[in-house]
Amino acid sequence: MSIHDLVAEDQPENFSFSAENEDKIVKIIAKYPEGRQASAVMPLLDLAQRQHDNWIPMKAIELIAERLGMAKIRVLEVASFYTMYNLKPVGKYFLQLCGTTPCMLRGSDDVTRCIKDKLGISSGEMTSDGKFSLLEVECLGACVNAPIIQVNDDFYEDLDYDSTETLIGALSKDAPPPIGSVKMRSGSQAETGPTSLEKIAAKSQKKKSEKTAGTLAEQGRN
Amino acid sequence: MPKLMVNSIEVEVEQGASVLQACEEAGFEIPRFCYHERLSIAGNCRMCLVDMERAPKPIASCAMPAADGMVISTQTDRVKKAREGVMEFLLVNHPLDCPICDQGGECDLQDQAMGYGHDGSRYKEAKRAVEEKQMGPLIKTIMTRCIHCTRCVRFATEVAGVPDLGAIGRGEQVEITTYLEKTIASELSANVIDLCPVGALTSKPYAFISRPWELNKTESIDVMDAQGSNIRIDARGNQVLRVMPRLNEDVNEEWISDKARFAIDGLKTQRLDKPYVRRDNGKLEAASWDEAFAAIAKKLKKVKPNNFGVIAGDQIDAETLFAMKLMMEKIGSPHMDCRQDGADIDGNARGSYLFNSTIAGIDEADAILIIGSNPRIEAPVMNARIRKQYLASGLPIAHIGQSVDLTYPAEYLGSNAAILTEIAENNHPFCNTLQSANNPMIIVGNGVYTRNDAKALLHYISEIIKTFDVVHKGWNGFNAVHNAASRVAGLDIGFLPGKSGKSARAMLADAADEKLAMIWLLGADEIDTSKLENTFVVYQGHHGDVGAHCADVILPGATYTEKNGLFLNFEGRVQEVRRAAFPPGDAKDDWSIIRAFSAVIGQPLPFDTHEACRQMLVSSFPHFAEIGQIRSSRWKKIGKSGKISDEPISAGLTEFYMTCPISRASQTMADSRTSRENNTKQIAAE
Repeated sequence: MSIHDLVAEDQPENFSFSAENEDKIVKIIAKYPEGRQASAVMPLLDLAQRQHDNWIPMKAIELIAERLGMAKIRVLEVASFYTMYNLKPVGKYFLQLCGTTPCMLRGSDDVTRCIKDKLGISSGEMTSDGKFSLLEVECLGACVNAPIIQVNDDFYEDLDYDSTETLIGALSKDAPPPIGSVKMRSGSQAETGPTSLEKIAAKSQKKKSEKTAGTLAEQGRN
Repeated sequence: MPKLMVNSIEVEVEQGASVLQACEEAGFEIPRFCYHERLSIAGNCRMCLVDMERAPKPIASCAMPAADGMVISTQTDRVKKAREGVMEFLLVNHPLDCPICDQGGECDLQDQAMGYGHDGSRYKEAKRAVEEKQMGPLIKTIMTRCIHCTRCVRFATEVAGVPDLGAIGRGEQVEITTYLEKTIASELSANVIDLCPVGALTSKPYAFISRPWELNKTESIDVMDAQGSNIRIDARGNQVLRVMPRLNEDVNEEWISDKARFAIDGLKTQRLDKPYVRRDNGKLEAASWDEAFAAIAKKLKKVKPNNFGVIAGDQIDAETLFAMKLMMEKIGSPHMDCRQDGADIDGNARGSYLFNSTIAGIDEADAILIIGSNPRIEAPVMNARIRKQYLASGLPIAHIGQSVDLTYPAEYLGSNAAILTEIAENNHPFCNTLQSANNPMIIVGNGVYTRNDAKALLHYISEIIKTFDVVHKGWNGFNAVHNAASRVAGLDIGFLPGKSGKSARAMLADAADEKLAMIWLLGADEIDTSKLENTFVVYQGHHGDVGAHCADVILPGATYTEKNGLFLNFEGRVQEVRRAAFPPGDAKDDWSIIRAFSAVIGQPLPFDTHEACRQMLVSSFPHFAEIGQIRSSRWKKIGKSGKISDEPISAGLTEFYMTCPISRASQTMADSRTSRENNTKQIAAE
């Protein structure tokens, strides 16, 4: 994969951080000792990616290099090493589908098939309207709720063919369903409810629902 | 000093040495790809695995510090198996295209696969292929062959100081590239060709030219700059095909500049292979040696000795300069000069024109002030040594002259000559640095020597040296950087205006005023030849450059690859160039041309062979016999107080690639210059 395959062909003319991100940059750089600003390269790349439709243009890499006193190639090395930095545009909903062993055993192949059926894309591809893109990734670290799709920053768990279809349907209408297990289980609790430590579980369940209610009420006020 | 056992041999190594170095010390060769003594340790090729007692698995010896009481074995079955395994993995994605690979015959991977690898491969799957990268006109890439040792990346970042190279991607997708495939912006870039242990980075101009076993190797010295980098000239038949660096810790370590390596294609073009004489019709026509000599002798007879002068160029060996000086004494003219650039250097104070700290001495410096020089282009390998010391010690470096990127942070003090007076009067912020330094270095370039007020500037530099104790017992911190390879030898021999003699500048001025009837240009091309229109010009040299164009008689000479001769680098180190090929056509050794002409005018010089000429040179100047050595000289106050002009101080050179007749005739150098200019333009456009 040469550099030309690695990065997007159409690059924006310019890139600058938003005022809000500029404030964040100051705080991020201040975390590292004097002369070690280069350590801030990863959070800055992340900021740039979040600001720029979930992908990092070359101009941002150059800007970060200049900001941190690094050679451009050093920043590009980091950005191209980590798969979580996108150097090419991705869809509005960037689906990262886990295909590692536990997810595979729990039916991630069905999820892949559903995406192919509904959206017509395979790993590394984007729908023509730019709404979805898919990338098969390695373990997302939530194996107990396998299979999993990460949509931008959020996890959707316990998927199968049908629930993936529902998820895609909701996303196409820009109405993302609540995140977490689509089977509505709490965390990684057994589907049938707690089988041990039931009292503690009930207590924490109660606390959690109060909290959620509070947050929802707050949201309602806003 | 840790003591350890390697294969039951006890060795003691320096604190901080690696297990690999300890093994070498004990006399056991450890195969390696990524490890290189002059680069940081990467530890990524895994070829140097050895067994360590009580370690559960083999260790990478390059990255393991040697410790007291270690027991290392390099000959166990496990080590053998580990090496075979690593070799097999390295070859998984390495193409087996040795027959068409330029590295073939001098390839570490090839050699070590023979020495430590399996006899066959078990890999039946598809190999990966990698696109070629653009790295400019000097470095050819076949990136499929790359084994990701990252030596080139570390060289560019650490030694050359231009972090242009990097490894992008990860895992099987890793590729070495420059940022957006730009030319590497370094004067030392081609050293990555030598560093590359496989055929991924090879020489572009030498591509598919020859195999290493077909070449005759001649150990010689580079004359493209005045550092005197040690080189090996590889020739096949009478053609010089490539130049490689030779190890000399005191001079160039194991690097050479791109010009030293690649200007050699200029040896083939624009050559003067026959004597020429300008006929009455004003045209230069080929002639015999006798005709050419007769034409000069005829003119010389008419011209008074006082009306005849010689200017020697930058790549003339000491013997030729010596022979010319003897002949001038016989003719009776005091007008000779080896400083064609007009540098105002006092030939009597040897300590004032040498790089007294020596290049190796840079490793002990703790402050450097560079005045009127851009060492990055004037002596790139020496500049890398400064960078090395900067990386090791972080010493303060300041720079007076043009603002340039020296590849290490240098405080730019400005270009105003008055700064020197401020420092001399202890009235400048940099004085504190000089004051607190034990081994300060002052590097003075041709940008100072070629000024009209050079004497005044040198006076202030002398003051600075006195005030800040730059020269003291055990340390001489005054350093001159010359750009001409023959400069120090010329000054030592005294190829300078004799009593009431004229300097090169004065000769040219007089020639313009028709006060100099005849001039002999001994390989001098870096002069304003428009001033010689009304002068009878004899040009002795090897290329049809500006000097030959204005000549009335051309005497074809030999280049540095075609003669034996002595050169003194700017440290004053005596080194020997050796003949790797013969001069083309009728061209002759320069000393012999002078010897022959001296006979024509009835004043034969007292030697008939090159050896005899050198014998005589040595008997007059004994230090020329000390090959490889420096005869150190005492520092003497130089300069004369005077008025300093407002003219800003500039560097001695502003151009790297095309600075002499050979490099100007070189297509490779022209291409390099264009590609570097395009780089700059691209950056400017951004």
